Amino acid sequence: MSLAYAVAAWLLIAGIYGIVTSRHLVHLIVCLVVVQSSTYVLLLAIGYRTGAVPPVFVSVPPTTPAVDPVVQAMTLTDVVVEATATAMLLAFALQAHKRFGTLDPRELRSMRE
Amino acid sequence: MSPRVRTVVLFAGLAGLAALYLCALHGLPGFGHYRGPYGDVINAAGVAERHVTDMVTAVNFDYRALDTLGEEFILFVSAAGVAVVLRRGREERERETAGGGEEDADEARGRRPPRTSDAVRMVSLLMVAPVVLLGIYIAAHGQLSPGGGFQGGVILATALLLVYLAGSYRRMRRIGPVTLVELAEALGAGGFVLVGLAGVLSGAAFLADVLPLGTTGTLLSGGTITLISALIGLEVGASVVLIATEFLEQALEIRGAERHR
Repeated sequence: MSLAYAVAAWLLIAGIYGIVTSRHLVHLIVCLVVVQSSTYVLLLAIGYRTGAVPPVFVSVPPTTPAVDPVVQAMTLTDVVVEATATAMLLAFALQAHKRFGTLDPRELRSMRE
Repeated sequence: MSPRVRTVVLFAGLAGLAALYLCALHGLPGFGHYRGPYGDVINAAGVAERHVTDMVTAVNFDYRALDTLGEEFILFVSAAGVAVVLRRGREERERETAGGGEEDADEARGRRPPRTSDAVRMVSLLMVAPVVLLGIYIAAHGQLSPGGGFQGGVILATALLLVYLAGSYRRMRRIGPVTLVELAEALGAGGFVLVGLAGVLSGAAFLADVLPLGTTGTLLSGGTITLISALIGLEVGASVVLIATEFLEQALEIRGAERHR
């Protein structure tokens, strides 16, 4: 197992741990961002090829061995989705704070009853 | 669920996840031994077929343009969603004082936010023009080098936020009024669909590259790739500005008579 795959797993696990044990909604959302960063590492690692050039053929001919551009494009999609999800969640956190006066997820649950 | 039970469930789940992940890795090619074939096919054909040199842009705005259309609408809907979630509530009102005085705008009791220092204002002001230039450059050169509409749009949105840092929220709103920003967002999103329909009208598939492809390596190469990249830049920049405006409005403009129950 290579380091990149291990890093992806570590980011995923650290992020999930953070979400489950979080005491603050903004902290929780940042943990979700950490979880999502693991997918960037995994995607880019899958398309990586040792000794290859980036898939940009400005100064090298198109026949040069290059890394996979498809997973890089998917990573770009991933980043955009993450940004939009984070914006939505932060908006919800803001409204939750307005309504309940707290950002602690455990206290939010008790407010529901 | 008590914190203790929660931790036990968490670690049981993580152990299962680790086992599945290791199984999955077993079937993957080793790191650095990418086997293809999709990336290799695009790398081999992209330059000759689409006259662009950045294959990631070719994938995003041509080979996988339909997915990018969906992605763009995720952004569009999210900006609208943030605006809906952060709309002014019944008991809330907008701050009355007109112009200036934003240093006192923080609502938290017993806390006065520090004044923005002159150094921050000065550096932000100096950076506005270079950031606008960089944003346009990145957005316009996506077909040649790493970059494109998504990256350029976010950089352009940063320029407007620098105006907020250097001056005030109201000045930012004057330079980028919400109507204008919403118009730019709609133009970016709608324009993408129209470019796609142009393909259909010309007798080819939706989002087919129907414009002249130009000479590889020049600014106007790539046909619809370059056009879509510019439209995406508009849409992304406007969406980011809208989302930021909504949050700034919450912090600086909207006042609740009684926020906390």
